[in-house]
Amino acid sequence: MEQRAPEHPHVPGPSLWPVGFALGIVALLVGVVVNWWIVVAGGVIAVIFGFLWARDVARGHGLTEAPAVEPERRDGHGPAAAGAAPERTYGRAAFLEVSTLGIGAAIGGLVTLPALGFMIMPAFLKQGEPPRDLGPISNFPEGEFVVTTFMTRPEQGEVSRRTLFVRNNGLLAAKPSFTIITNHCAHLGCPVQPNTAVPTEHKTFKDVTLISLPTPPSGFSCPCHGGAYDIEGNRIAGPPVRALDRYGFSIVNGHLVLEAPFSVAKVVGTGSTAHIYKYELYYPGEHLDGPEAWLYPIQPPH
Amino acid sequence: MATRDARYERIMYPVDWLEERSGLVGGLRYFLFRKVPGDTNWFQTLGSATLTAFLIQALTGSILAMYYKPDPKNAYPSIVHISNDIWAGWLVRGMHRWGASVFIILMFLHMGRVFLFGAYKYPRELNWIIGVLLLALGLAEGFTGYLLPWDQTSYWATTVGININGTAPFLGPYLAQFLQGGTYINADTLSRFYAIHMLLIPGAIFALIGLHLYLVIRLGVTSPPWSKHPAGSGPLAPEPEPPRSGLTRPAPRRGVRG
Repeated sequence: MEQRAPEHPHVPGPSLWPVGFALGIVALLVGVVVNWWIVVAGGVIAVIFGFLWARDVARGHGLTEAPAVEPERRDGHGPAAAGAAPERTYGRAAFLEVSTLGIGAAIGGLVTLPALGFMIMPAFLKQGEPPRDLGPISNFPEGEFVVTTFMTRPEQGEVSRRTLFVRNNGLLAAKPSFTIITNHCAHLGCPVQPNTAVPTEHKTFKDVTLISLPTPPSGFSCPCHGGAYDIEGNRIAGPPVRALDRYGFSIVNGHLVLEAPFSVAKVVGTGSTAHIYKYELYYPGEHLDGPEAWLYPIQPPH
Repeated sequence: MATRDARYERIMYPVDWLEERSGLVGGLRYFLFRKVPGDTNWFQTLGSATLTAFLIQALTGSILAMYYKPDPKNAYPSIVHISNDIWAGWLVRGMHRWGASVFIILMFLHMGRVFLFGAYKYPRELNWIIGVLLLALGLAEGFTGYLLPWDQTSYWATTVGININGTAPFLGPYLAQFLQGGTYINADTLSRFYAIHMLLIPGAIFALIGLHLYLVIRLGVTSPPWSKHPAGSGPLAPEPEPPRSGLTRPAPRRGVRG
């Protein structure tokens, strides 16, 4: 540690480089919204001024100079006379100091790490839902959307409720085809609504509620920030960055069974022959394709 | 006169008892009666105002926790119970709810004062950094506290807030999943937010406020930028000892510290 008089505090010298660096970063961030070329220009400005700043800081602290240290001599004829600089020994005090710190750190780690793991790990383990039986296919009239809602964990109550828009697309190569869209907005997760009247009449299958929409919706809309989607879940307006997420399905003994959810960049075509650009499940607001997707390289286990 | 002194000594006896054993009275006097520049003004009370707002939040929050139940089935009914049935519940909950906004606003005003007075400069940079950490923790208190009423507004606002965290690059999805305690908001999210809101963050805020105040006392109060006195010019002249200095009598008890 270096003690300095109050007249010579540890402060960097006056410099304009940080201001230029900050302007570059601002231009970079504005460019993300406005134009990619401004991002490039801002990045170049930030790198140049950041380099100049770092160079000044390095010079100011003498990082480029080698420390002036006399070579160590043990024969007693060196620059330090014999006896003046006693050889450093590893004494009892040093041993006790190191062992106290070490044992303390070990005990602290043993106590803290399990507690930290207990706080963090359950959020990432045993996620995902088992496949869920949504009832016989005959409950889903061909070509109509059915609002399907259920609680994944009834003991937790309404907080575990999921809502899906299920459409029977008829047969494709003699196999039933379904479109299962979540109501989880791809912007920030608010509940999207079908753009049509939702009747109060409903069927139930076990704990699953099924509401048929006799008038086909023109699409889906989000009440929070105005995201709008077409009938296949493609984004057509507003802030969402991709299409609505979907669920996989299987048919078991004539029943529709809900499988794992996945994310969708876009859907080309419609119904059973639509081409779905499918990705693993991402959080709302995250890009699936394009350069922005580089910001989300690894997703936590869903 | 003698009887008056004797009476005074009897009244001050407990204070002296405490001072002789702990030094706390002297410490408190050192804290309260320290020298400040003569041209300080009302803007420099914003920090104390922020501290007062935080203490009110801590107090009212502790009392609300005696009636609030942080699980999905009981959270909203317990809030209704606090507001409508419990004596003065509407008042204490209102103090906490509106006091939260007051606390945030005062933090920003205090920060603006420090910035405009240049009070963040050497040697007070570290206190600015601690203040920014306190601001971030205060905003996190606002975010976690907003979920606790467990109504539609708080549920969807928290959904949006968590997903905004999720859009942060690289670690954002992990942060969102940690906050939710799972891939979706669930029963654990509420108790998790409750624990963060009333145990983790307030503890950190108390510790950082301690450091913040320590640095204020160590480094002293800045003059306003329009001050006519040069900074760091030292005391002008030794002041005469006041007849009664602070909390204890000027003369120590005979035979104890003489």
